[in-house]
Amino acid sequence: MLDSFSTLIKRDLTLSLRRSSEWLNPLVFFVIVVTLFPLGVGPDGQLLSEIAPGVIWVAALLATLLALDGLFRDDYSDGSLEQLLLSPHPLPLLVLAKTTAHWLVSGLPLVILSPLLALLMQLPLQALPALLLSLVLGTLSLSLIGSIGAALTVGLKRGSVLLALLVLPLFIPVLIFGSGCVAAAASGFETSAQLSLLAGLFFLALALAPWAASAALRISVEA
Amino acid sequence: MFRWFHKLASTRNFYRLAEILAPWLAILCAILLGVGLFQGLFVAPTDYEQGESYRIIFVHVPSAWLSLFIYMTMAFCSLLVIVWKMKLADIVAEVSAPVGASFTFLALATGSLWGKPMWGTWWEWDARLTSELILLFIYIGYMALRASIDNPATRARASAILALVGVVNIPIIKFSVDWWNTLHQPASIMKFDKPSIHPTMLQPLLLCALGFTVFYFVVMLLNTRSLILERESKSSWVQERAAEGRL
Repeated sequence: MLDSFSTLIKRDLTLSLRRSSEWLNPLVFFVIVVTLFPLGVGPDGQLLSEIAPGVIWVAALLATLLALDGLFRDDYSDGSLEQLLLSPHPLPLLVLAKTTAHWLVSGLPLVILSPLLALLMQLPLQALPALLLSLVLGTLSLSLIGSIGAALTVGLKRGSVLLALLVLPLFIPVLIFGSGCVAAAASGFETSAQLSLLAGLFFLALALAPWAASAALRISVEA
Repeated sequence: MFRWFHKLASTRNFYRLAEILAPWLAILCAILLGVGLFQGLFVAPTDYEQGESYRIIFVHVPSAWLSLFIYMTMAFCSLLVIVWKMKLADIVAEVSAPVGASFTFLALATGSLWGKPMWGTWWEWDARLTSELILLFIYIGYMALRASIDNPATRARASAILALVGVVNIPIIKFSVDWWNTLHQPASIMKFDKPSIHPTMLQPLLLCALGFTVFYFVVMLLNTRSLILERESKSSWVQERAAEGRL
């Protein structure tokens, strides 16, 4: 069972490394969106460092959303998704493997890139650990929650806008605790409450999302 | 109990039930809303702190209550769709969504109207207003998903999953928005202590809430009837009724 899990992760990683634009584009998008904010609100460092947690978090959320659309789409169009549904392994486990692989190429690079953007946005240095930790936990939850939306919309023609409509309201708690955590760290407060809540959301999503996503996949593919 | 449930679940029986029930409920709704609104707008005393503008609660509170109640109805129907693939439950969920979204919008609009004289601003990022706004987004997403799937069976089950995912998320969203709000809310905003509401105000409020709920049932029954006709237009009982001219 775990074999199928790791095989699927390896396969997905190989595939996305070969099609590098798939995971590079959301990253570039992330950087550009954050760059737009100083241009939009002015280069005042005080203001920038104040809004930095929110801006970085919203940009990370949108970049995740952008990458989510491809989570099942290629497999759906070339038919390998049907093979996965037919396989004897439990589907939630396979969905979890796909989501994990997806996070490794879309969420993790966001986390790695975020200190650079924190620098651009004049985020105080002391908030950096909180930013990294909250982004790790947060993007994991976003990928898991988003997998439900991606599974629901995979068979639809104009699925990507619909995907945004469906999952953005569900992303709100993660955004609130994530940016709240960074903001608290930036002003020198304790962040363990926010981090615990983020971890709670992550575990809740880990426990429920793969099941919901596999039910949704079965519905989308049967049609 | 289960047989009764099974009988009711057939679209034909429900159609007949709705036919009989809807007019009576409509009369009940008119009485409840008539008495409730009259008492609320003319009989209930003026509030010593908020003046006349508090009277908007007789519309605002029932709308807010219905916005949640209808979502719960939808979620319950979605469960029936997932577990028993019940066609009728899907129809009820489909006709309920626009009604729920309208009540959510009404609650937001009346809240905003009340906020102008009370808080001095049309929109305040108050916790309840914010979570109500997010609820509206969830309704819109649900309707958008329904609108974009053509196959009826897929549409029923996909939207049912979304409604159930929403039901798990709504309390989490509510909690996180409350938490966010206590951090961000500037202290200068007036906070009204919740006064224990006087019976002369409570009675019309309850009547209105009940009246609005009955109104939802009337609208739901009427729309369900027409949607049943649309979906079952090829079935023999609909054709028979159409031939006899009693739809």
